[in-house]
Amino acid sequence: MRRSRTMTTAAVAVAAISVLATACTGQAESGANDDPKARTTINFWHGWSAPSEVKAVQDTIDRFEKTHPNITVNVGGNINDDKLNQALRAGGSNGPDVVSSFTTSNVGKFCSSGAFADLAPFIEKSGLDLEKTFPKVLLDYTQFEGDRCALPLLADAYGLYYNKDAFEKAGITAPPKTMSELASVAKKLTITKGDSYEQLGFMPTFHGYETVADHYLSSWDHTYFDADGKSNIAKDPAFAEMFTYQKKLVEDLGGYAKLEKYRGTFGDEWGSKHPFHTGQVAMQLDGEWRLGMATDAKVPFEIGVAPMPVADDEADSYGKGFLSGTIMGIAPSSKKQNAAWELVKFMTSDTQAVVDFANGIRNVPSTFEALKSPGLKFDPRFKTFLDIAQHPKSNTPDGAVNGATYQQTIQDFGFQYEKGAVTDLKAGLEKTAAQIDTDIAKAK
Amino acid sequence: MTTHTLRSKRRRSALRTAAFMSPWLIGFSVFFAYPMVSTVYFSFMKYDGFGAPSFNGLTNWTYVFSDYPMFWPSLANTLWLVLVMVTCRVVFGLGIGMLITKIKTGTGLFRTFFYLPYLAPPVAATLAFVFLLNPGTGPVNSILGDLGLPTPGWFNDATWSKPALTMLAVWGIGDLMVIFMAALLDVPKEQYEAAELDGTSPWQRFRFVTLPNISPIVLFAVVTGVIQAMQYYTQPLVAGKVASGVIGGSGQQFEPGYPDKSTLTLPQLVYNLGFQRFDYGSACVVALVLFALAMAFTALLMRGRNNLIQAGD
Repeated sequence: MRRSRTMTTAAVAVAAISVLATACTGQAESGANDDPKARTTINFWHGWSAPSEVKAVQDTIDRFEKTHPNITVNVGGNINDDKLNQALRAGGSNGPDVVSSFTTSNVGKFCSSGAFADLAPFIEKSGLDLEKTFPKVLLDYTQFEGDRCALPLLADAYGLYYNKDAFEKAGITAPPKTMSELASVAKKLTITKGDSYEQLGFMPTFHGYETVADHYLSSWDHTYFDADGKSNIAKDPAFAEMFTYQKKLVEDLGGYAKLEKYRGTFGDEWGSKHPFHTGQVAMQLDGEWRLGMATDAKVPFEIGVAPMPVADDEADSYGKGFLSGTIMGIAPSSKKQNAAWELVKFMTSDTQAVVDFANGIRNVPSTFEALKSPGLKFDPRFKTFLDIAQHPKSNTPDGAVNGATYQQTIQDFGFQYEKGAVTDLKAGLEKTAAQIDTDIAKAK
Repeated sequence: MTTHTLRSKRRRSALRTAAFMSPWLIGFSVFFAYPMVSTVYFSFMKYDGFGAPSFNGLTNWTYVFSDYPMFWPSLANTLWLVLVMVTCRVVFGLGIGMLITKIKTGTGLFRTFFYLPYLAPPVAATLAFVFLLNPGTGPVNSILGDLGLPTPGWFNDATWSKPALTMLAVWGIGDLMVIFMAALLDVPKEQYEAAELDGTSPWQRFRFVTLPNISPIVLFAVVTGVIQAMQYYTQPLVAGKVASGVIGGSGQQFEPGYPDKSTLTLPQLVYNLGFQRFDYGSACVVALVLFALAMAFTALLMRGRNNLIQAGD
């Protein structure tokens, strides 16, 4: 009798657990049956938050609503990837129909998990020729293993900013073109003051805002994964070369502890007291947006821009750089996917819309037509970034099923290596590669 | 009275009891039982929020315990905070409470002075501490330097980051101060008078009069402190991010637990695994570890309750 009661209790518990568990799992439905000509309202979520950026987004939406009077767009700003992912999983009628993200490295996760809807049917239906519209790198980072779940919405190109006045004072006539030249120029420009600096030539640590591992790596020809999809970082010599170079530069410029203490005096990366604006650092690896931000901050020196130097034995690839950008997609649970596609198509591929938006946000346009457009209203120095964006060897990290996690793992190793917590580079890279493989296997 | 009437009376009574208990029953089921059962269930599942969960045995458990490099440092940090931060908060809360009950004039002013920091929003308070303790520009190190004393790296140094967080927690001691003050004012005066007549020292009066009288409150402060330390999330996350130079912006890579994983806590892992990686199974494993730890600490403290209460016997 007692046994029977125990069995019953266990059975009820299992049933209850099963019911509870299945109750909270949702299935994405295809909502591509809506009529795009019908009067409707869609929600668009984006990550921009600065007033000038929010205005630029709204201006673009106003233009869209003029050309598509039947579609009203509700805009939600300042949405980061965490919020976006949570909303896409929660679904619901108040959730987004059109989504965007700044984290290109998360495309692998967006596509493979089904967080973003497949755009292939929409692209085919509207006859959009992707190869003729977007540069190859941008097309690569907006798909994952053939699954096209996003399109590029403007791009970010990274280069080297330098203080022309400081260069002149130090007798340097041209920006560095190789990594050895960068190290030598950085040392020349560094002026110490007591146990700190009056001016640092270049902040080499991985905490120096944009001087992170994947941005450094763009100066070397490198491959993150081998043909079997396994981490290549311990096998490809470019990774060891980059970490060795960065560590040596840290030591040559005063050592990790001294540089970290100096970094503590820096202002916010996104504020007017950025160390490049204040003259605390004479060179800065940064995205194209820095030009506008530095101009707005009214820096008291002349700013020079150049492509990031490249590895010494790859001098012929000078001109390339790190690329990323905003991506745009459609929520799989949206019931208005055809209307949502109209907005995605307009914002990503309409030349005038892309040009106007690029002018407003001060990002690099993401279509061939827009890149050539006479409508671009940029500072002449901005051309450097337009060229980097079109350079055939410009690069971006590969997509992975777990998004940017593998890059974070590489970066975590970098943090340990630069401060001397890890001294055996080869063993460290092997361990990091093993961790990347484990994380990817877990996510599959 | 017939059997039928008796049965009907009992049924009505049972229904009335159930009706009175229903708010608690609903709350318990929705906010405890269901999440608890779900957490255990999902810890054995592969689930990313899309599609149906699939059983994957002990994969999540082995991943968290042997393949997830942030787990053990986070566990060590959480235990450090439970032991050191909770102890410091209780000791300082009691100390300040005793001090204020002894003050004859300006009690209200001091009470307000010590209570106010508790009202500061955690993010604002943490930001203020990070700027005050900035090793390069902060006033604390400037003063220490002027006095010829060592200038720690505080939130930029793995050795000092947890002590800095403890300082922040002790600064916001107002809640415990108020609770201890109420308990201290409740200790019968006659007991102190009798002890004084017996020629006891201040330490003996504290040990044999004050402590036994307020020991249930000490136990309450320790248990709630342990639970709070287990849930410690906002302050270490904000301190780590701001000190590492990451305040906002997109796509920025942040060193989790900066510096050197020293500010990582278990709740941060739950967020990282559950709501950034969307590996709900592994997040549930960490949540269950937290639950087990909280239960173990509470059981340990409850077992020692008699010793605490009878400290003076």
